[in-house]
Amino acid sequence: MNLLADALASGTVTTGEAVTFWILAPIALGGAIGMVLARSAVHSALLLACTMLSLGVLYMLQSGPFIGFVQIIVYTGAIMMLFLFVIMLVGRDSRDSLLETLRGQRLAAIGLGIGMALLLCTGLARGIGSVTAVGLDEANANGNVQGIAADLFTKYVFAFEVTSALLITAAVGAMLLAHVERRKGDRPGQKELSRLRFRKGNYPGPKAGPGVFATSDSVATPALLPDGTESERSISPVVPVRELTPAEAAPKGTDGGKRK
Amino acid sequence: MTPTYYLVLAAALFTIGAVGVLVRRNAIVVFMCVELMLNAANLTLVTFSRINGTLDGQIMSFFVMVVAAAEVVIGLAIIMSIYRSRRSASVDDANLLKY
Repeated sequence: MNLLADALASGTVTTGEAVTFWILAPIALGGAIGMVLARSAVHSALLLACTMLSLGVLYMLQSGPFIGFVQIIVYTGAIMMLFLFVIMLVGRDSRDSLLETLRGQRLAAIGLGIGMALLLCTGLARGIGSVTAVGLDEANANGNVQGIAADLFTKYVFAFEVTSALLITAAVGAMLLAHVERRKGDRPGQKELSRLRFRKGNYPGPKAGPGVFATSDSVATPALLPDGTESERSISPVVPVRELTPAEAAPKGTDGGKRK
Repeated sequence: MTPTYYLVLAAALFTIGAVGVLVRRNAIVVFMCVELMLNAANLTLVTFSRINGTLDGQIMSFFVMVVAAAEVVIGLAIIMSIYRSRRSASVDDANLLKY
């Protein structure tokens, strides 16, 4: 790492850095665009992780190895995993509605984005288009981590201490928001469950299992009651009711024509 | 190539994030777009740190990361509690304060 940092720490942009930049910048941009366009939230999260990884390497390229590794560990390691966790918990199959609540909002947003990009890029190009970087050679003379630590624990020590208050507030807040207090009486005990089961009008035995018949072994086939009607209780509500088309229900001709 | 290219990349990423916040409806994806904007700002800070030859920019982006971590924890907890009461993670459905 030291060797790499030494080679890259100067203000001028070397060819190697340029090559790495031109490889990683399209990946970062493509990941970002894909994140906005992907319909599934899981794909969005993975593409964002890809963008964040390339940004981490770009930090290392700009003589910030510490911040680059923190980016990879904290962002792609912790924050994106938290995102994936919540997606799996909450909105895995909640797709975006295509319904526009404000007419023309999408087009307006895209136009606004293009305008903002043009404004920022022209401003940057005109303002500091041909700036020469001082480089972090001097600041990183004792090592990047040592340099950051020296600044962090002298000049920024107050901000650093305040950070602890922020973190503990966030932890307590998340605990309050995510925790559900359940009172003792909320959950029925064994006695109540048993009373419910043997209540009048309730059949205490197990429910009829879904259909394993001669013609079917699918859990989507409802069980038949003694009078021949189908029992709705036997199929799980998760399983969608599937109607067979006549073509599917027709004999397949695999039994040698013996079947009528 | 000058370090300005990094700033242009950061500007593009920031814009994509902003458009994503405006366009997407899923609260989690909107939140990820906000994270992308924070990342773009971090890239700007690191690049300015190199241009100016001091480590202040890197320290500032370190603090941005800490704040982003706290923000993600609280934001995702809020999304989860909204989902628990309304069974939806869409930003259009949480409109009680509108009326």
